[in-house]
Amino acid sequence: MIVLINYGMGNLGSIVNMLQKIGADVIVSSGVEDIKKAKKLILPGVGAFDNGMKNLNNSGLLSILNDRVLKEKIPVLGICLGMQLFTRKSEEGTLSGLGWIDGEAIRFRVDPVQKDLKIPHMGWDTVAMCKQSALFDDMYQEPRFYFVHSYHVACNDKNDILTKTSYGYDFVSSLQRENILGVQFHPEKSHKFGMKLLKNFVDRF
Amino acid sequence: MLKTRVIPCLLLKNRGLIKTIKFKDPKYVGDPINAVRIFNEKEVDELIFLDTTATLENRKPNFQFISEIASECFMPFGYGGGIRDVNDIKEIFNLGVEKIIINSYAVENPDFIRKASELYGSQSIVVSIDVKKNFFGKYEIYTQSGKKPTKLDPVEFAVKMQEFGAGEIFLNSIDRDGTLQGYDIELIKKVSESLSISVIASGGAGKIEDFVDAAKKGGASAVAAGSMFIFHGKYRAVLINYPSPGLIERILRDSFSI
Repeated sequence: MIVLINYGMGNLGSIVNMLQKIGADVIVSSGVEDIKKAKKLILPGVGAFDNGMKNLNNSGLLSILNDRVLKEKIPVLGICLGMQLFTRKSEEGTLSGLGWIDGEAIRFRVDPVQKDLKIPHMGWDTVAMCKQSALFDDMYQEPRFYFVHSYHVACNDKNDILTKTSYGYDFVSSLQRENILGVQFHPEKSHKFGMKLLKNFVDRF
Repeated sequence: MLKTRVIPCLLLKNRGLIKTIKFKDPKYVGDPINAVRIFNEKEVDELIFLDTTATLENRKPNFQFISEIASECFMPFGYGGGIRDVNDIKEIFNLGVEKIIINSYAVENPDFIRKASELYGSQSIVVSIDVKKNFFGKYEIYTQSGKKPTKLDPVEFAVKMQEFGAGEIFLNSIDRDGTLQGYDIELIKKVSESLSISVIASGGAGKIEDFVDAAKKGGASAVAAGSMFIFHGKYRAVLINYPSPGLIERILRDSFSI
């Protein structure tokens, strides 16, 4: 069973719709007992970093999440803000992140010469692989994914970087450190490409 | 680099899909759920659904119906029509919709846009502006599905909406709607030049070259079309279609690299 963590941040409906389409066993929950039993976790998220951390801190889930992810090493997938919360901190806020990934979320530094690059980075974009991962196994040709974000993750350990995407410069569009996976884009809104990625997370981790 | 988004815009009346010409003469063109399935298979960049009668009938969005559509939408999905309450927005997001689109109520109560974007983030709040040229060639905003003149200037209003937190402006030319004769590039340019947020151009697209014009000459970040994706041939037979991603990309890329 996969638990999609409901902490009041983000569009859970879309993720549930796609997971159901691929036949995954998923529940939406903010319950400690459910998270204790989960085989995998998904941390979604749309919105501001501090709101996300505040909600997580208030949810009473932090210690069980740390246990399951860091000690028991069950697979966890962060989506968009969810992935940014895995880091230590963000330029968007003052609260500490989960600290599972050595890095931080920073605002897009757009070159004023390229001022036609609008923030947020919104729309379809490609990804360039930096290392192998089952998350992208048997991926369709020329994959593209849907992005909506003003901040992105900067990894301190380059080995954590799974893919990069270029928007003015190269940024981390997905990451993986052992059982901890994060994607900046929205697989649940990325057609067959996102469906394949989520199916890989369901089947191959 | 980002690709220019190409967005089918579908109009709802009750539970049916319709298409208008200059916002008039609605013609029934099919079942919306079926259309979504086809657009899904064609891997469209994004989809916009507008309930054209919710505001006119002074009713709330049809949540059950939105949910049925959203569960088939594996692409970004925007919904507009009858939204006047931030709790309704939350409910719509929970159904699996990414963006909500506000038209008449943004004019009636601009503070609603501020409130909505503070609560849910600018990226999910789209302000839709329907524009018609008056006798003197001046652009004017109309609300209530194009029925009510407002005396508002589209550029000034779009700038105000950006300040109030709108994430995108969905800019529609009533005069070009359903005509397949190309976008109103002058209008798109005027508005997009004045904004830092994205403009979605709408109204008049008949061929892929029109997308290029809207993006390149008009400065639009995204282009929407209705009739072009619904009708086929000069007798306007209903045939849901969408150019292959490769084709759109190649034409847009070639035109930008000149």
